[in-house]
Amino acid sequence: MTKIRSYGPAIAIFVGGLALWELTVRLFNIQGFILPAPTAILAAFAAETSTLWRAGLATFLSAVSGLAVGTAAGVLAGMAASRFTLIRDGAMPLAIAANSTPIIVLAPVANAWFGLTSPIGTVVVVAVLVFFPVMINLVRGLLSAEAQELELMASYAATRGTTLRKLRLPAALPYFFSAMKIASALALIGAIIKEYFGGPQERLGQYITLKAGLFQFEEAWAAILLASAFGIAMYGLILFVERKAMPWHVSVRS
Amino acid sequence: MTPTISLDNVSMVFGSGTDAVKALEDIDLAVQPGEFVSLIGPSGCGKSTMLRVIGDLISPTEGIPHVNGKSPHQARLDRDYGMVFQSATLLDWRTVLENVALPLEIMGVDRPERDATGRRMLDLVQLDGFANHYPWQLSGGMQQRVSIARALSFQPSILLMDEPFGALDEMTRERMQMELLRIWEETETTVLFVTHSIAEAVFLSTRVIVMSPRPGRIVDHIDIDLPQPRGFDTREHQRFFELITVVREALRAIENESP
Repeated sequence: MTKIRSYGPAIAIFVGGLALWELTVRLFNIQGFILPAPTAILAAFAAETSTLWRAGLATFLSAVSGLAVGTAAGVLAGMAASRFTLIRDGAMPLAIAANSTPIIVLAPVANAWFGLTSPIGTVVVVAVLVFFPVMINLVRGLLSAEAQELELMASYAATRGTTLRKLRLPAALPYFFSAMKIASALALIGAIIKEYFGGPQERLGQYITLKAGLFQFEEAWAAILLASAFGIAMYGLILFVERKAMPWHVSVRS
Repeated sequence: MTPTISLDNVSMVFGSGTDAVKALEDIDLAVQPGEFVSLIGPSGCGKSTMLRVIGDLISPTEGIPHVNGKSPHQARLDRDYGMVFQSATLLDWRTVLENVALPLEIMGVDRPERDATGRRMLDLVQLDGFANHYPWQLSGGMQQRVSIARALSFQPSILLMDEPFGALDEMTRERMQMELLRIWEETETTVLFVTHSIAEAVFLSTRVIVMSPRPGRIVDHIDIDLPQPRGFDTREHQRFFELITVVREALRAIENESP
């Protein structure tokens, strides 16, 4: 009951927004290529379900693969940078600088590297995109343990490895999950934008550019809708894992 | 009898050149087994630094400390002491019981044994029933009791306490002092206790060491000859007030000396 009540306002605004959208399009007779009505998008979605679903899954798989590779690399690099001052001093300024550049501009270039029809290009672009925020946040997280907590571990003669496992890694979890929330959104954006510039057929990005080129905006919007759904699902999954992994944290505990 | 803790001519300088700060100068100290020694003095007199030197959390620039006849480093590796800080320093992601059992876990004690010991320690600080709570669900006083239970869990022969009750309200503080004395008697540990409070030092200790700041030096040893065990009556004892006056005057003498 409390759940329904707490989600109530959001649902009301969502439904109200859709109604307003539909009404605006109908009242002012707005052309489909500018803004199709929600009902028209739904109709397009119903007609194209199997094509959209196949393209969506393929794109989603690329995004998730890239996310996995980028996260794994980011975590390893973060651990190395937090452990060795030399690596940290050398790599962190560069990582922070790289993180402030629009890495997504690599998308067209990736085709030249991996071939126009290779799915690897998308995975690599996503992985590079995800790598920096994960690495930077993990370094911050691993270094976030307080001086007194470190003294406490030292007073128990804890080894470096024990201190890592029992103090630094748990302390880094909140930072890691913040990074994952950013990274999951980046992964999907990265995958779709990369597909705008080519790559294998039957992908969401390809579908959107194709349909937009043909002035079939209802279909394009249906694909955007599906991409949004995947994005929300991925975010929800990360929230769920976060709650399970750190029920003790201020942001989670009830 | 070898002293539990001994410092010979220990000095500690932080920084170098013109920025150098002499935190400790020519410290000589011997603490006998079973003693309860308090360090008192104004801020910057090196009380906490001394505790950290003894605990091998920092190394002195000069002099030789011994803990149980060993180097502080060896004593730390042998887990000869338990440390209690001003803030409880509990790990948020561990339950109360898991926090208390942390040292045992690091020492490789198996689960059933460390749970049993952890629960016994929680009994000792009267927190049985809170084993599965998380630190944030506890008041400040309860958190500090958990940290004392944690320090005792592996039965170290020495307790190093850095203003452990500094952040507590007066009522909680007095209750905790009684509990600490009870534990001290039961476990026969040697306690080195840093405090800002004259009354606390006199009430708890067998000996009070008065320190002066910049550079940190020992200026006085005051034996506290109040009868044991201490209790609520102790605070109304004529001798209690006399000793408070003695410590206060020793501290005032420092103030008048320093420019």
